[in-house]
Amino acid sequence: MSSDEIDYGRRRMLVAATTAMGGVGAAYVATPFILSMHPSARAQAAGAPVEVDVSKLEPGQLLTVEWRGKPVWILRRDEEMLENMKSLDPVLRDPHSDELTQQPAYAKNAYRSINPEYMVMIGICTHLGCAPTFRPEVAPEDLGPEWKGGFFCPCHGSSYDLAGRVYAGVPAPSNLVVPPYHFTLSTRLVIGIDPEAA
Amino acid sequence: MSNRLSDRMLSLRDWVDARFPLMHLWEDHLTKYYAPKNLNFWYYFGSLAMLVLVIQVVTGIFLTMNYKPTAETAFASVEYIMRDVNWGWLIRYLHSTGASFFFIVVYLHMFRGLLYGSYRGPRELLWLIGMGLFVVLMAEAFMGYLLPWGQMSFWGAQVIISLFGAIPYIGEDLALWIRGDYVVADATLNRFFAFHVIAAPLVLIGLVVLHIVALHSVGSNNPDGVEIKKKKGPNGVPLDGIPFHPYYTVKDMVGVAGFLIVFAAVVFYAPEMGGFFLEKDNFTPADPLKTPEHIAPVWYFTPFYAILRAVPDKFIGVLAMGAAIVVLFLLPWLDRSPVKSIRQRGTLFKVILAIFVVSFISLAYLGTVPATPIATLFSRIFTGLYFAFFLLMPFYSRWDKTKPVPERVTFK
Repeated sequence: MSSDEIDYGRRRMLVAATTAMGGVGAAYVATPFILSMHPSARAQAAGAPVEVDVSKLEPGQLLTVEWRGKPVWILRRDEEMLENMKSLDPVLRDPHSDELTQQPAYAKNAYRSINPEYMVMIGICTHLGCAPTFRPEVAPEDLGPEWKGGFFCPCHGSSYDLAGRVYAGVPAPSNLVVPPYHFTLSTRLVIGIDPEAA
Repeated sequence: MSNRLSDRMLSLRDWVDARFPLMHLWEDHLTKYYAPKNLNFWYYFGSLAMLVLVIQVVTGIFLTMNYKPTAETAFASVEYIMRDVNWGWLIRYLHSTGASFFFIVVYLHMFRGLLYGSYRGPRELLWLIGMGLFVVLMAEAFMGYLLPWGQMSFWGAQVIISLFGAIPYIGEDLALWIRGDYVVADATLNRFFAFHVIAAPLVLIGLVVLHIVALHSVGSNNPDGVEIKKKKGPNGVPLDGIPFHPYYTVKDMVGVAGFLIVFAAVVFYAPEMGGFFLEKDNFTPADPLKTPEHIAPVWYFTPFYAILRAVPDKFIGVLAMGAAIVVLFLLPWLDRSPVKSIRQRGTLFKVILAIFVVSFISLAYLGTVPATPIATLFSRIFTGLYFAFFLLMPFYSRWDKTKPVPERVTFK
């Protein structure tokens, strides 16, 4: 090949190699910018455990506490509430809490709780993150005669029972999340930390 | 005397022209840019969209001078603007009303495209750039709505960001990355402020430039769907074309005057528009522990929101909402009709277009009301009709009995 002829193959190869190297460089430069949008160290540290005294909670009463900026519900269920939940299995999507990411192993039971009397769950709808409203009354007019008490999300009409188990045929895909928690006394609990010997 | 002054002005122009293509740009885009002479009422909305963009940029700059983008101070600073800043209420209402009018004008602008087939070849790219503008505008409006940090701001953002969580595998991490915290929080507000006042407007203005460059290259379509460049006079000027300036600059000024009358009436007499432009719940500060009884997006998102709610599955719902926008991008390739304009289309297309318009408006309404079983049923029906309009278009646009396209534009 004479020296004044252009070697297009060589030129293309050089252009491609330079572009690829430039692309790698651009990706490296983009990384700190993209990572800067992750939760900061301060936001992560704010996820500290929360200690709650539930001794003053009446049967049937709901207490909302804030943990990691999210509403956490503590519901003291009375005998009637626990009894009513039993008949709901056929109308629920995941009655036996088989989807494992929604609760710790020690809350995978019929009542989704350590002590059936106290239900602890994150009050954020698994559909699109609204806070459902507490509707403990049985068979209210707007929710129909089959309603045994539970939680209703006003955003898109998802409903859950009093253990946060989702009904079938609503937009929400899974049960409400049970956070890690444990009791230090029978009426004192810590949200954010698993029991030591689970 | 005056002659000498105008001579000086001319020589200044020549001086600039030797260094910058001033006259070249002026002629290419105004005095020697030939637009069809039969453009009608529907052709106001492009220039009006630019007017609203200018209103939003100018009022936005002045709002930024008093607004404070943190979770602690945002709500109070908006109230401060409304009560204590001189004329702050006017600037804020111009901005909030401008957002709604932006969408009114853009929806009418897009409907014009649908009426006269403005998205058809050779204007496919023009349509795609316009759709890009629409998507960026939606992002801009959504992020701006978080800034007052009211209840609806907060829960609206919580819902929309959670949509990304529906994407399999990466969804939850992606939503976390967008929020910058485990829930919508100060970090979210701050970054949305950055996107709303810098990033998105820059992209918007860049796309507007591309939209106009593309338009001025292919030329405007017109109500007859005739390509005026096919019939040129001996001087190379389209026989049915007239210079944009002064003819259409003057026409557009009439549109601007009419628009401003309506706009001012809303700004001064109904800035909240009965809860449609500014929602009632947004006058309560954001409370991360309590969702409002009834949450709905601002009116311009409700058609897509109704589609989301119509689907009983989270991921498919999100997919359907995304698809409702994606199908709009595909319009140039879905339409197989031999004609562009509704003037030559047959009854079949006209009926189907009317059904589509009714479906879109009904979805917009259904998106504002609570999700009762009957509302959900209707949402499903209209969602089906919405998609049928696009997905069946390759068939009915071909079966439609069309009239021949005229040689020249009709003009009385």
